[in-house]
Amino acid sequence: MTASGSSQPASPLLAVHEAAGAQLIDFAGWQMPVRYGSDLAEHQAVRERAGLFDLSHMAELRVSGAQAGEFLDHALAGRLSTIELWQAKYSLLLAEHGGIIDDLIVYRVADAEFLVVANASNRHAALEALTARIAAFDATIVDETEQTALVAVQGPFAAAIVESIGLESEPLDGLRYYRSLPAVFEGEDVLLARTGYTGEDGFELYIAAHAAEDLWRAITIAGESHGLALCGLAARDTLRLEAGMPLYGNELSLDVLPAQVGLGRVVALKTKGDFVGRAAIEAGPAEGAPVLVGLVAEGRRAPRSGYPVLDGDRVVGTITSGALSPTLGHPIAMALVEPGSADSDSLKVDVRGTQLPATATDLPFYKREA
Amino acid sequence: MSDTQYTADHEWVRVEGDLATIGITDFAQNALGDVVFVDLPGIGRSFAAGEALGEIESTKSVGELIAPAAGEVVEVNDEVAGDPTLVNSAAEGAGWLIKVRFSEQPELLDEAAYRELTA
Repeated sequence: MTASGSSQPASPLLAVHEAAGAQLIDFAGWQMPVRYGSDLAEHQAVRERAGLFDLSHMAELRVSGAQAGEFLDHALAGRLSTIELWQAKYSLLLAEHGGIIDDLIVYRVADAEFLVVANASNRHAALEALTARIAAFDATIVDETEQTALVAVQGPFAAAIVESIGLESEPLDGLRYYRSLPAVFEGEDVLLARTGYTGEDGFELYIAAHAAEDLWRAITIAGESHGLALCGLAARDTLRLEAGMPLYGNELSLDVLPAQVGLGRVVALKTKGDFVGRAAIEAGPAEGAPVLVGLVAEGRRAPRSGYPVLDGDRVVGTITSGALSPTLGHPIAMALVEPGSADSDSLKVDVRGTQLPATATDLPFYKREA
Repeated sequence: MSDTQYTADHEWVRVEGDLATIGITDFAQNALGDVVFVDLPGIGRSFAAGEALGEIESTKSVGELIAPAAGEVVEVNDEVAGDPTLVNSAAEGAGWLIKVRFSEQPELLDEAAYRELTA
């Protein structure tokens, strides 16, 4: 299946995925690989060796101009104007009422230029909100999503693989987590970032769409001797869940304020002036508003998104994400529950009529060894 | 196998004498992805047509085993309970799920009709 035009965008790697036997799903209108074979094997490859993901559906929004930093300070929850060149920062795009329009990563790529990476499903909402907020600033925003490919190499061998694909860049061993580097691959500019969504060391590489296939091939060839696996969105979801990373549409939504989902620290209340959503954040969530908890259970049955959480006999919340953890071997989940039940020792999850005891736990469920 | 028939709920059914062996189709296991847990009914359980007899959980979703007709469970595949990956590796063979005795005639599809359904 091929698609073109802005209404039905396609990854520049679609033909490569089809040739590799990927099972494709519709994700925010994009045909993206959900798995190439076994999503458990793909998950395990990232934990133990390395995995390669196509994330070209993610939205790249370039913000430029003398006041680009000030604009982002106003438009986003974090303080972006002061991040260093090539630094990356996780941030939130809030509505006036404090709810989350999107979570995103912002890279500073020049003194007056930032790359804002939004979720595929929120591309248009994010662009619309940012565009509505930019008028008073000397800054412009351009949607480069369809001209940009994004691939991620994640896992303990990610650095060794990326080092051997012939990138022209500074040495990777000096590149810290949440920092990036300008690099060149076969004459094409690459933004090489030490970021990811799997809980492992890894890199995300942004490159022009027309160069994506060559980069993908170079990584797969370099990865052969390291046991690199092609990985789909299914593995990405279980990896990020184990790592306790929230997903928009599951943990994050317009209906929750950052503090409810453990992201209060992302909001720069103390270090900057007014920004969209500030008043609502200062007022805080409504009393009794649900809070995000991690849950672990025994057995093999996974609590899944939407399942009720009970405290004793009373429904006190809902699962937002859940899986049988491939790494840990037991069910894990995140849930939004009444604050009074967040520490309860009598929580249960209703798994299609069967109530399974669940224990609240700190996130993440899995942390790699330093 | 030519004596295998199918349901629109993506089960295969192989009738031998008065017993029928049931599993989920290769198409179904492929759609589910990696199977991590299988919940099967107890031996002796009576069931009505359309009843959910068990659950096949994959990493991403849950499939149900739907009874194609009324009957009784006479055997369950314990090997699958111990190794759910059999459903992926041999859905229409060693990954069979239950054997039943139908008390009414199930309406089943032949292979060509099922292929058309899943094409």
